[in-house]
This record gives sequence, structure tokens and C-alpha cells, in this order.
Amino acid sequence: MVEPRPRVVLVDDHRLFRSGVRAELGDAVDVVGEAETVAEAIALVRSTQPDVVLLDVHMPDGGGRAVLAGVGTAAPGTRFLALSVSDAAEDVIGVIRGGARGYVTKSISGPELADAVRRVAGGDAVFSPRLAGFVLDAFSASDAPVVDEDLDLLTAREREVLRLIARGYAYKEVAKELFISGKTVETHVSSVLRKLQLSNRHELTRWATDRRLV
Amino acid sequence: MTVSRPAIRLQAAADGPRHRKLYRTTGGRALGGVAAGLGEHLGLSPTVIRLAFGALALVGGLGVAMYAAFWVFVPQREGAAEMRAEQRGQLLAVAALGVGGLLLLQQLGLPIGSPTWLPLLAVIAGVALVWRQADVAQRARWRATASGPRGLARAIGGAVLLAAGLAGFLATRGQLGAARQGLASTVVVVLGIGVLTGPFWLRMTADLRAERRERIRSQERAEVAAHVHDSVLQTLALIQKASDDPREVTRLARGQERELRGWLYRPAGDAEGAFGAALERAAAEVEETHRTPVEVIVVGDCPADARLGALVAAAREAMVNAAKHSGADQVQVYAEVEPAQVTVFVRDRGAGFDPEAVPADRYGLAQSVVGRMERNGGKAVVRSAPGEGTEVQLEVPRG
Repeated sequence: MVEPRPRVVLVDDHRLFRSGVRAELGDAVDVVGEAETVAEAIALVRSTQPDVVLLDVHMPDGGGRAVLAGVGTAAPGTRFLALSVSDAAEDVIGVIRGGARGYVTKSISGPELADAVRRVAGGDAVFSPRLAGFVLDAFSASDAPVVDEDLDLLTAREREVLRLIARGYAYKEVAKELFISGKTVETHVSSVLRKLQLSNRHELTRWATDRRLV
Repeated sequence: MTVSRPAIRLQAAADGPRHRKLYRTTGGRALGGVAAGLGEHLGLSPTVIRLAFGALALVGGLGVAMYAAFWVFVPQREGAAEMRAEQRGQLLAVAALGVGGLLLLQQLGLPIGSPTWLPLLAVIAGVALVWRQADVAQRARWRATASGPRGLARAIGGAVLLAAGLAGFLATRGQLGAARQGLASTVVVVLGIGVLTGPFWLRMTADLRAERRERIRSQERAEVAAHVHDSVLQTLALIQKASDDPREVTRLARGQERELRGWLYRPAGDAEGAFGAALERAAAEVEETHRTPVEVIVVGDCPADARLGALVAAAREAMVNAAKHSGADQVQVYAEVEPAQVTVFVRDRGAGFDPEAVPADRYGLAQSVVGRMERNGGKAVVRSAPGEGTEVQLEVPRG
């Protein structure tokens, strides 16, 4: 069975970095375009309708969030994966809340990145250990008012899954550790992503400034 | 290979040696620090200066007036954080200046008690108020604090006192009528000068403000440049030198990344003594020494204590073990601070081993990790199998 290669757009203001990513991804994906400004990225995504956009968090003119906002509903089939050297929690959480389906750091290896792209293209959420740590941190701030229990709290199982991811477990290893299927792990992670995007706990954006981040 | 150093000189040049200025000292002073300051400036003993002032004081109070004048006009060395005492000191100085002046006037044939005295006192008080105001304004410029409406009220009060005093002085001498005409023309001239030079003064204050802003900005730029030079540029130079040693390049790059990240994103006033910071420091040391990247993720944080110190030390030992023996290219550390306990996981995807088969004399893991945790009321669990990597779980109760 040969899956079609995901069509990918690279958005990053550093040309050197784009060519590096392109080389690392190799034949695993089909890079249909590159953009280095927010405006270019919005136009390119709208015109090419790629499967996945690899999105830099930090760029002049608003960065990843501005691209997400600018594309809006104009590319319904496109999914965004944030890729950044910045581990500042408020930036990362900001891009996720803006609609990205995951976050990986730029130090990720080529095969891992290709795998992440495939998973995002398939509709899954991709949590790096660091993002899992941020999310746990955000949701465990105990002084936050809980308005909507469904959105503002993580279930015990979701917490367990996130902890294992933060400890460096791959999804497969998480499944084995918790005696659940890989699909169930995906479900939990997607559910956490949904809460992250929809919860209105103001801590999600504010907590980052209150504590040590990196 | 060259390393250019732009912009850093800026700061150094501004700090370069200037003319030596006379300051009043804050340490080793008897009264206002005048004698000590003068002594330091002239290279004489303060005692000599004090004796000179004393001798001059016998000459119609001249020494007292001089001392007071020095006290008022010579600035105290900056960095003397004693606002209140300083203000009191200046009041004292102004009073002493007044007394010295009065003694001098008496010598000149205006005996105490004559009706001329009251207006003269008013004049002195008014001048003192206005001058003190000017001094406060200057201090405000240094400390960037606004002097506010109180300052304005003081200035106006001083001016009114001064005017009333002068009028009174003239009245007691019976020359008020003669002075009135002159006064009127003087007021007109002063108003005219004000109108003529007003725009000039306005522009000068605006220029001053702009200049100050520019100076602050360039200082910030110099600070950033200095930091970038000390860290990033140096590291880049080292990387170029070591370009044939990939591990060394990685180590340098990661060390620099960590440092820069800390500088950029760590909020000012971040607790250096916190548990998370201690764990990150330990990880950085292991990474430096054993040239294996150690990824640290900390959820929550709390102040460190002895027990958490032991936890960090045990975690460090586990990291060293992973870096040295596992052969993995990365070590993953995850720490979580919960209300009741603190847990640390140290994980690698390296060779792994059979925990049952480790000889009892293997000091590292048994003593440093497991033993240390037990002595501190915590526990350590080692999970490993050949080919599966290793994970060490450490936990201690809080409180």
C-alpha cells in the first residue's frame, strides 16, 4: 500500500533553515512551495491548498499566528504544524490556540519530522515532549477558575498520556505502557488539543508570564 | 579568522577617565563630608582642612559660611542611598550658610535687631527654598522621578518670600517709592526677555529629553552588543575552530543555545534557588561534561530545600549514568512538582541492562541514586532491559 505523499508548504523567514528542512524531509513529502513572509505564506497556502504547512512560530509581522488568522477558512483541508526554536510557552500555546495541530522543536530529526508531518496530514495531533510539558503546566495551575469542566480540566487518563509524552515516550510506547491501543492514544491527544484550543482558562495565555518557562 | 567587535566600544568610551571632580564623601565624614571630600581631592588630611575651616570661622564667621557653601554646592558622590538624611543635611547647610551670612553682615555694620533684619531673613529663606528646589529637580533627573506639584508650590513659595523680603527691605529703608518705577521697568524687561527666549528654552528642554532618550537607547544597544559578543560571537568563533569535530560543535551550539535562551526568555528576578533551575543546572553540567544532550522539562516549580537538593543530586547521577553508559544520543529528563511530592524521570533510549544482574558493588546507581533517595524519605525505581533503554524514576515527598 503506497500512501500519497503529503503536499507540504514551508513557512520560515530563514532561507537556510527552509532548505535544511527540505533536505531533511527528502522524498518523504512533496514540498509544493516555500514562503518567507506572513503575506507570502497566506497567499501561497490559499493558492496551493497543501495538506500540511510547516509553520515558523517567530516571524516579523506577527509570525505563525498571523498566518493562521490570515488563511482562516480559505484552506479547509490544510493542517498546520508549528516548528520553532522558540520554546517560550506563550508563543507556542498561542500558535496552537490559533489552530495549529501540533508543535515540534527545530532540533527534531528528519525521519521524526517526516513522521510528524504524516500524522498531522492524517488528522492527528503531534505533541513533542516540550509541548506536553507546557500543557501539563498550563492545566495544573491550581488557582485558575474552572468555568467549564469539560474544557478546563484534563482527565486522569489524558494527564497520564501527556506525562509519558513529556518523559520522552513515543505514541507507540505510551500505548504499550498504558495497555491501550495506539488509536486510543491519538484520541486522548486530540482531545487535549481540543481543550487547549477551546478552553478559556485565562491561564493558558497568562500563566506563561508568571513562571519559569524554558 | 577574525572576530569583529562593533559598537561595544561605545560604552567603554563613555566610561573613560574624565576630569576629576570634587565630591563630598559619604564615608568617614564628620558633618557634611566636605572636609573629607576636599582632603581626598587635594591629597591632604581631612584634619588639616577642618583646622583651616575652624581658623577661618574665627574671621567673622567666614569659615562657617564657606563650609556651608561647599555643603550646598558640592554634590555628594552618587550611590549614597540616604535621601532623608541627605535632605536634612542640606537644610542644616542652608541654615549654617544663613548664620554665616548674618555674622558677615553684622561685621559690615548691620547690627542684629535693626528693623532691616526681618525682610533680610525672608529673602534668605526664599532663596534657600528656590535653590533647594533646583537641587531636588536635579536629583529627580538622575533618578527619573517627577518632582510633582509639591515642587512647583515650593518654588512659587520661595519666589513670593523673596519678593516680599526685598520689598520689605526697601520699605524699611524708605526707598520703596523710588524703587517702584525702576521695578516696573524691570518687570517689563524681564517679561520681554521671557517672550523672546521662551521658544528657545522650550526647544532646549525638548532637545535635552530627546538626547537622554537616545543615550538610554544606545546604552541598551551597547549592553546587547556586549552580551552577544561575550557569548554568541565567541561560540561561533570556537565552532569555526572545531568544525571537524561534530560532537564538540554540537556541545558548543547547545551550550550557547541554553545560555541565550535563558537570557532571552527567563523573566527577570526568576528564582535561582528554585528546584527547576537547580535541575536544569545539573543537566547543563552533565551535558557539558559528557557531551550528550540532556533535554529537561519541568512542570510546576517550588523553592529548593535539602531534600530536593538530594533529589537533584540523584537525578544528576542518573543523567551521568545514562550519558556515560547507555550510548544513547540524548537523555530525557522530566520533573513534576505536585502538592504532595516531586517526581523526576531520567530516560534514555540506549543499550539498557538487566537491573537484577548489576553487581552489588556497582557504586554509582546503588549508592548515589537508590541509597540517596531512601535516606531522604523518597524512593528510586530503575526500569531497564537490554536493548530497551533505561528509565530511572525518583520521588520525594514535599514539605
